[in-house]
Amino acid sequence: MNRWVAFWSILVKDMRAYYLKPPNISWGLIFPLAWTGMFFIKSGGGIEDLLALLPGVVAISILFGTTSMLAVTVTFEKKNRSFERLLLAPISLELLMLAKTAGAILFGAVNAFVPVAMAVFFTDLSRVAWGMVVPAVFLIAVSSTFLGLFIAVSVSEVFEAQTFSNFFRFPMIFLCGLFFPIEQLPALLRPLSYALPLTYGTDMLHRGFGGASLMPVVMDFGMLLFFCATLFLISLRNIKRRWII
Amino acid sequence: MENAPPVIEACNLAKKFDDFTAVESVTFNVFEGELFGFLGPNGAGKTTTINMLTGLARPDAGTIRIAGIDCSKSLKAAQHLLGVVPDESNLYPELSGYDNLCFCGALYGLRKRERQARALELLKRFGLAAAADRKFAGYSRGMKRKLTIAAGIIHNPRILFLDEPTTGIDVASARQIRQLIADLNTGGTTVFLTTHYIKEAERLCRRIAFIVNGRLVKIDTVDNLMRQTDGRHVVRFTMTEEAEGLCKAISGAFPHLQCQTVSQEAIRLESREPVRIGPLVRFIEERGAEVSEARKLRPSLEDVFVSITGIAAAAMKQEQEKRKSGDGA
Repeated sequence: MNRWVAFWSILVKDMRAYYLKPPNISWGLIFPLAWTGMFFIKSGGGIEDLLALLPGVVAISILFGTTSMLAVTVTFEKKNRSFERLLLAPISLELLMLAKTAGAILFGAVNAFVPVAMAVFFTDLSRVAWGMVVPAVFLIAVSSTFLGLFIAVSVSEVFEAQTFSNFFRFPMIFLCGLFFPIEQLPALLRPLSYALPLTYGTDMLHRGFGGASLMPVVMDFGMLLFFCATLFLISLRNIKRRWII
Repeated sequence: MENAPPVIEACNLAKKFDDFTAVESVTFNVFEGELFGFLGPNGAGKTTTINMLTGLARPDAGTIRIAGIDCSKSLKAAQHLLGVVPDESNLYPELSGYDNLCFCGALYGLRKRERQARALELLKRFGLAAAADRKFAGYSRGMKRKLTIAAGIIHNPRILFLDEPTTGIDVASARQIRQLIADLNTGGTTVFLTTHYIKEAERLCRRIAFIVNGRLVKIDTVDNLMRQTDGRHVVRFTMTEEAEGLCKAISGAFPHLQCQTVSQEAIRLESREPVRIGPLVRFIEERGAEVSEARKLRPSLEDVFVSITGIAAAAMKQEQEKRKSGDGA
């Protein structure tokens, strides 16, 4: 059997059924715009500060875009039992979950480039290191999606998934160096920052957009890959233990 | 049929949920091309057994072989041979009937042209061609059941699991589904059917297993099971008054009769000797009730079920219907 037929069909079905719906498209546009506007006004700076805001806005767009969708594509389908149809299919659980998360990864990556596309009209992006930004966007999208998956398989109701994901998401806005440098955080909170995947992704984005970075690029890459693998494996274990009872 | 190779071999299956034993030491074989019925009341362990056989649940003990494949070692290879129609329609509400079928075909690796052709063929065969482009959410309950069955057979499975396929749908759709199941079996598909409609199982199945409280209490061919009713006489009385309390009085006065309250206004009497209706009518009417109908019944599989399990089939059916209507879809 060609298992990639199944993989592709799951991805296309999720895109059609969930991601390409008008509310999600408008979410992808309005959300980054609102965050950019908020921090732009808060910073009180001019248009030249826009480049410094981009890493945070890009990272937050990916984080919220990916984690929100998993609650629907996984928890909702588990709740209405259509997920059983996927578990009964002759494809491995690993491939199935990669197919279910591929849509969210793409959605997160596309969300990331919405603020970048808007910034093109207001600032000069010629100094941006795309070779750093693009992998950073991809790795943040993957790690955030797997964080969303970890949350989605830990609960049984959609509202629980949303609430539980906020438990992670909102602290991450402040702890991961998106808009407030980690060095300026109280010493007690700093270890928490280093335990969150977004910290390393944001560090890569700061470097890519010409800002200062805290850690060597190899460490950022390595830690993001470590978080991706760990979250995915824990999620698979949870599905096997909780859903295939 | 026993000469055919077994395609489902369940040996000493057991499953516990905390302290509750859902299935205990269940052993049976289903043979190639057979239409096998699995009957039992709610909570008897039917769905848990299906879940274990299809890979949605892990047995605590025992072994499962599907077409010779050990499911503990190669579950995915076995799943390729299975079609599963769950007790609730679990297709995607936001997709059309046609898209749902194509998607289900793709899950089993069917190429685009192949699944599109098969989806159209099934929509036509199940009388759903006119609703092919309508969203599944807008289908009636009967249409949903039919499309769910179509989704279960889109990849031409060798073995089809049907969990309560006709529960909660109108008579015409139920009849159509029964015919479809019979046709599928005639075409060579092995069918594992759970139902609480004992007459449905009697009509469709060749062999039946009764499961109660997680244990198989009987497994045999319908013909052999029906032989147990030879020499039994059954009469049903329908009254204008409530039948409650009458059974006790009848059993006292006619010790050779087994009496059972069927509904508020009906009782069912069973005996090894021919039942004389006249004295019974007089006895009932002397107690202030008026008999509106007395009918001799041919003993059915339902009687066998009741005598083996001690569970009133009517109560089981009512309970199941109530549960279904409470669930919605």
